[in-house]
Amino acid sequence: MAGMALNSETSDTRKRASSLINDPKVRGIFYQVLTLALLVLFVWTVTQNTINNLQKANIASGFGFLQGRAGFDIGQSLIAYTSDSTYGRALLVGILNTLQVAVLGIITASIIGFIVGIARLSQNWLIAKLAQVYVEFFRNIPPLLVILFWYKGVIAVLPQARESLNLPFQSYLNNRGLFVPKPIFGDGVWAIAVAFLIGIVATVFVARWAKKRQRLTGKPFHTVWTGLALIIGLPILTFMALGAPITFDFPVAGRFNLTGGSVLGPEFISLYLALSFYTASFIAEIVRSGIKAVPKGQTEAANALGLRSNAITRLIILPQALRIIIPPLTSQYLNLTKNSSLAVACGFADIYAIGGTMLNQTGQAVEIVALFLVIYLSISITTAIFMNWFNAKMALVER
Amino acid sequence: MATTSSTFVRQDMLAQQPAPLGISGPSHWFRTRLFATPKDTVLTILALALLVYVIPGMINWLFIDAVWTGSDRTACATVIQGGILPDGQSGACWAFVEAKFQQFMFGRYPADERWRPILVAVLFVILLVPMLIPKVPHKGWNALALFIILPFISFFLLIGGFGLSHVETQLWGGLMVTLILSFFGITVSLPLGIILALGRRSQMPVIKTLCVVFIEIIRGIPLVTVLFMASVMLPLFLPDGWTFDKLLRALIGVSIFASAYMAEVIRGGLQAIPKGQFEGADSLGLTYWQKTRLIILPQAIKLVIPSIVNTFIGLFKDTSLVSIIGMFDLLGIVTLNQSDANWSTPVTPVTGYIFAGFIFWLFCFGMSRYSAFMERHLDTGHRH
Repeated sequence: MAGMALNSETSDTRKRASSLINDPKVRGIFYQVLTLALLVLFVWTVTQNTINNLQKANIASGFGFLQGRAGFDIGQSLIAYTSDSTYGRALLVGILNTLQVAVLGIITASIIGFIVGIARLSQNWLIAKLAQVYVEFFRNIPPLLVILFWYKGVIAVLPQARESLNLPFQSYLNNRGLFVPKPIFGDGVWAIAVAFLIGIVATVFVARWAKKRQRLTGKPFHTVWTGLALIIGLPILTFMALGAPITFDFPVAGRFNLTGGSVLGPEFISLYLALSFYTASFIAEIVRSGIKAVPKGQTEAANALGLRSNAITRLIILPQALRIIIPPLTSQYLNLTKNSSLAVACGFADIYAIGGTMLNQTGQAVEIVALFLVIYLSISITTAIFMNWFNAKMALVER
Repeated sequence: MATTSSTFVRQDMLAQQPAPLGISGPSHWFRTRLFATPKDTVLTILALALLVYVIPGMINWLFIDAVWTGSDRTACATVIQGGILPDGQSGACWAFVEAKFQQFMFGRYPADERWRPILVAVLFVILLVPMLIPKVPHKGWNALALFIILPFISFFLLIGGFGLSHVETQLWGGLMVTLILSFFGITVSLPLGIILALGRRSQMPVIKTLCVVFIEIIRGIPLVTVLFMASVMLPLFLPDGWTFDKLLRALIGVSIFASAYMAEVIRGGLQAIPKGQFEGADSLGLTYWQKTRLIILPQAIKLVIPSIVNTFIGLFKDTSLVSIIGMFDLLGIVTLNQSDANWSTPVTPVTGYIFAGFIFWLFCFGMSRYSAFMERHLDTGHRH
């Protein structure tokens, strides 16, 4: 009797134990604890090794080095910078340069991409084929090759400064870059900026009023033209009223070099052109598939309502296509920003290039990699948040 | 018969109209596809003008005025530049590509040992072709040979051992390194991406968080930064005295980067599988791994094959970035050879880049065509 009871008890515990092993929850916890333990072990080993290695190389850790004198020159900078400035300021120059080339690249790539994408859908066979050749060409070669092609293949073999190519508006192009007139701001320029802002604010109000009026009375209003007139016209009027306070410093051809004006260096031009052309081929495909994804019935219904083809594109097709286009477009914008780090190949001083120089001088590998992570991740996250907001605004509002 | 006279009923016969113009044939095609509207006509004429302006010059530069043979820079330089060509003539310098072709393919791999990479390439093609043709049977064994056995054989063939002389990875270069990096990256990133994607969809919070953080960090930073980390941080992480081969660092960097992107592609496929498939597998009593291996992954991967190939194409193009961390892949070796004083002319860099661009383009275009073919082949018509 007693033996039996004992027996059944052990089998019970065994059952409980085996059900414990087979319980997915318990297993899950076990696996997670195991993973965490391995991770902690890994991080601990790596940290120990790193600390040892850094001590051996006599490198102090911490971000104090950012206050030190940089001691290197930067070709193109948006803010005042000399080799006496600090590492921190050099990094800031790099961030601004990256942002500059990324923003300009995104704008240009979007314009080319939309044109090519729409051209690929054209009824015109020749135009559609040309657009297809463009897309198939640029999509299938590395962006780095495009940058080097412009930098070493094209701009480097342009004529020297003495034989610069003359472009409109007294600009010159030679192997040292593009020389353009530089605006010099006189007194009262702030008024033009204010007029520009007033123009934008007024346009927003006009747009709201026009939308309200159209909803109430059905009468359309030419918001776009009025807006353009306000945004462009007001600053021009202010400019005239103030007696043209902006003058231009034109580049002048000297004996060996051009003086005056401002210069867009060959590094910037190659990077900017390469990023724009390369990314535009991807944007074109996104635009094309977005427009193709709008059902044909939408166009037919709009036709039946008697809308003109312009109005169909603007009011029916684009708003629906944009919804499909925006998410992949966001990732292309992010790709362009990340690809701007290829600047190092042509010597444009972006974050990565400046970080690399700093590493060579100071040896602060861990800190610089941490800075890279923080900077690139914050750029990515900011862009993603903005585009998500835009996406949510454009998304279909369902009941 | 009562006749009603409504104003909207026609009373007289219409005049006979001429037969409609042909709705097929070249003239109709020209009218509708090139000159449909005045706007189209203008666009067509502009495009034709562009082509007439660009194409003859390009053909001239690439083929007619190009230099095909020569032993040094004099063949491609004009008289002013110290060469033999008449002044003002400019054309591609294919003689440069011809002279450096072996380098562009193998880097500085010793000339006597170049049969080894060629043998690897032949083995690779022999195993790859049946893998790509859907009708050839025994895909499992084929994959095993291609993805597991071939890398081992190639490793020993390329680096030496078993009686073959040792060739340092420092000497590897050119298209060979580009292909090694891409093949390795593709072979590693697909399984790693699948694991990361499964982890990201896991119920276990710790594993899920780890995967999300890893994927999002890698996707948020550029590849050069990842390569930079691999080449600068890895030596710091290792105990004193351990060193990592430069090629291996690049391989690790490229694989990690590609697997994060692959994970997101696979996750897209996993999300597209209807819930009923998971529940059906559960109700059959399959374990998690059986369910994943037999039911979910085959369907999920089939759905995202085009995106997977796109990631491969991106990876193939991205391998060119290793030239930034001082390795000589195809692009790196082309750039390196341009500074050869024997060949420095104004047209050398452009010619070199056109050659490299053509090779890259050929591979990427081939991959994208194959992916389009597979998409049609696998399209079983089960559309939702």
